[in-house]
Amino acid sequence: MSSVDFSQYQQNGFYDEMFDSDGTIRPAFRPLKESLDTMSTRRLTQLQYASDRAQRSIGMTFNVYSDDQGIERILPLDLIPRIISGKDWNLAERGLQQRIFALNQFLDDIYNEQKILKDKIIPEHLIRSCPSFLEQCIGVKPPKDIWCHIIGTDLIRDKDGEFRVLEDNLRCPSGVSYMLENREILKRTLPDVFEKLMVRPVADYALRLRETLEYLSDLPDPTIVVLTPGIYNSAYFEHSYLAQQMAVELVEGTDLVVENNFVCMRTTKGLEKVDVIYRRIDDDFLDPLNFRKDSVLGVPGLFDVYKSGNVALANAPGNGVADDKAVYAYVPDIIKYYLGEDIILKNIDTYLCSRDSDRKYVIDHIDELVVKQTDGSGGYGMLIGPHSTQEEQKDFVKRINANPHKYIAQPVINLSRVPTLIDGIPEGRHVDLRPYILYGSEVKIIPGALTRVALKRGSLVVNSSQGGGSKDTWVLYEENEGPPMSSMMQQQNIT
Amino acid sequence: MLSRTAKSIYWMSRYVERAENYARFIDVNYNLSLEIGPGVPEQWKPLILATGDWDLYQEHFQSVTKSDVIYFLSFHKENPNSIKNCLIKARENARQIRPEITKELWEQINALYYYITDENQIKILLEEEPRNLFAEIKKGCQLLYGIFDATVSRNEGWNFRTIGQYIERADKTLRVLDVKYHILLPSTKAVGSTVDLVQWASLLKSVSAYDMYRKKNGTLNTRSIVDFLLFDRHFARSVFYCLIEAQVALHEISGNRTGYVNEAERRLGALKSMLEFTNIDAVLTRGLHEFIDDLQRDINSVSDAVQETFFFG
Repeated sequence: MSSVDFSQYQQNGFYDEMFDSDGTIRPAFRPLKESLDTMSTRRLTQLQYASDRAQRSIGMTFNVYSDDQGIERILPLDLIPRIISGKDWNLAERGLQQRIFALNQFLDDIYNEQKILKDKIIPEHLIRSCPSFLEQCIGVKPPKDIWCHIIGTDLIRDKDGEFRVLEDNLRCPSGVSYMLENREILKRTLPDVFEKLMVRPVADYALRLRETLEYLSDLPDPTIVVLTPGIYNSAYFEHSYLAQQMAVELVEGTDLVVENNFVCMRTTKGLEKVDVIYRRIDDDFLDPLNFRKDSVLGVPGLFDVYKSGNVALANAPGNGVADDKAVYAYVPDIIKYYLGEDIILKNIDTYLCSRDSDRKYVIDHIDELVVKQTDGSGGYGMLIGPHSTQEEQKDFVKRINANPHKYIAQPVINLSRVPTLIDGIPEGRHVDLRPYILYGSEVKIIPGALTRVALKRGSLVVNSSQGGGSKDTWVLYEENEGPPMSSMMQQQNIT
Repeated sequence: MLSRTAKSIYWMSRYVERAENYARFIDVNYNLSLEIGPGVPEQWKPLILATGDWDLYQEHFQSVTKSDVIYFLSFHKENPNSIKNCLIKARENARQIRPEITKELWEQINALYYYITDENQIKILLEEEPRNLFAEIKKGCQLLYGIFDATVSRNEGWNFRTIGQYIERADKTLRVLDVKYHILLPSTKAVGSTVDLVQWASLLKSVSAYDMYRKKNGTLNTRSIVDFLLFDRHFARSVFYCLIEAQVALHEISGNRTGYVNEAERRLGALKSMLEFTNIDAVLTRGLHEFIDDLQRDINSVSDAVQETFFFG
């Protein structure tokens, strides 16, 4: 019986989250390693199989659009968890709070007074040319002045293990259901390690989400719904999962109708007013009367009801302007401007091609940099310098010169690695980190995250569509912290 | 409750019931084909006639063979009512209403879905042990009823589920009775013969009615079998029982106790009263096949009224 074998494990010069540079195991991972040392690879393979099956059985699948019935795939869950010490986490938490707080103020300003533009901290053209900036939202005051309620910021750890922000996802961040279900699966798979480590719980996420949404209405018992594009959307599992966990209705656009300037849902007993909508439909598709006219997913007139304050939308339409890739470069300035503080969680160095000096640097170093289109996502409109041909580089230089404001560039980041089981053997694989943040009566960071892992050897691409998998993320308490102790229960009667 | 949700629960329930009935029909007919004796052709055509998909069958197959009929009823892609298609649609409806149902229920629907869509395994089972295959499907569906019963609250959704299940079941019991109408006997003298009785017994088994019928009646004869399947007040698959259950659920939804407050209640109430005040002799005098035909039409019109009243089409 062979146990999980770390003897051939290579760090290849990357920051490894389990071992430090001289190969010593980091304290947070010690109980896990002890457990893996006594576990046979056969057992682990069985557990891996059981975990895949568990995912299918609860319908944790996403659709690949090709076949007539659609292929349903799972996001492979690697059984080795990613463990983050309480100290590291607390720093990330403070940084995220700061960032979200500032971005929210930025959104409120940009759609109202625009002081930050008048003070010339951010050039006006940059906002005007940003496709996520919605003219329709100018003058809108969302309930409680909150624009970003549910956020999934992408963090990475760099070559020194320092957290950095890769992307602010303010629109419709997905993946939180994976954070929750991965935890359930891992608790069943590695119960003994759980007992030894003090892992901070994430299970109350749905309750916190519900509180966040309830906070947006002044009614004592507001009617909340989750608005989904439907069962063919790749995140449908998550939409239904969250509606169920929050005990609210899961609605599609056709279930809603605007009546007397209120949003109502069609029920078996007639129309019923809806007060808060957690919408998982993009801005463009929300309301065919105000945005894209060909949208069949949305609700005609919804945006007008929202503007008049008769329904709350989470997240607020128009908030994508704050996670635009060009605006991203200004986040340190945004934090300084609104909060008077220095940024805690650093950005990746970013070159804005609209700046003459930056553009010159980018063009001179195009073979070393990652060039991104500011309104691109999912890996489209992107050039990875070191992996590109001279032709592609020339093409990008041409494109940058034609439309400089549409491009930014960043150095290639060597993402940190975590041991990942490849055919039963642990090998280092690159990971990112997506914590989830809720902004209601306070900015709350959920102590957990979705860790996406690039399963292909050497790959830095963690996207699910390109061979990515996931890991459960265990956030520990700091040494002097601990879970709140509940009061002793009454003893039961015995004879 | 959202109209769309109510609609999905209703249809999910109907499709599961349909799949389970088909699995039973096939299994019993399979059994019957082994017992029918030399010189008598196997009776597979009546099964398709009773499902109402004979025209569709003819589009795809030239002749009636056991394997073609079984495949058509269970896995054929183009047959919207095949067991596989029913279970795929049941799961699709269940996905729509995932927040309304329990984890256990969803996992079982999902498990059934993966069982039925595993084409390689199904192919082997169909060839090597078809009866096990259909027994598994039947059990899988019955497990769903049990999980529903044990885990889902008796709320509005439950009532729509009940209506769907019993309307579907009443329809299926009627179709099984009709199978016997289509089955050919070697001669008119054969009425009451061994072959005739074997057929009646298998028909009772195909609606899981054999044991309950025998508890009530000592002998097998046409009159009391038809009486049992149409009018019995206690047997859970008799048409009358199904209509009672559906009516109770309809009244639960509206809160109404007497008469009717919507079109669905009116049509179902009228239909149930008609059954209550007729009897087996009147049915046989009129002609069983004709009676069944009308009843099926009326049950469909109840379903239409449920859709119009609650689901807005």
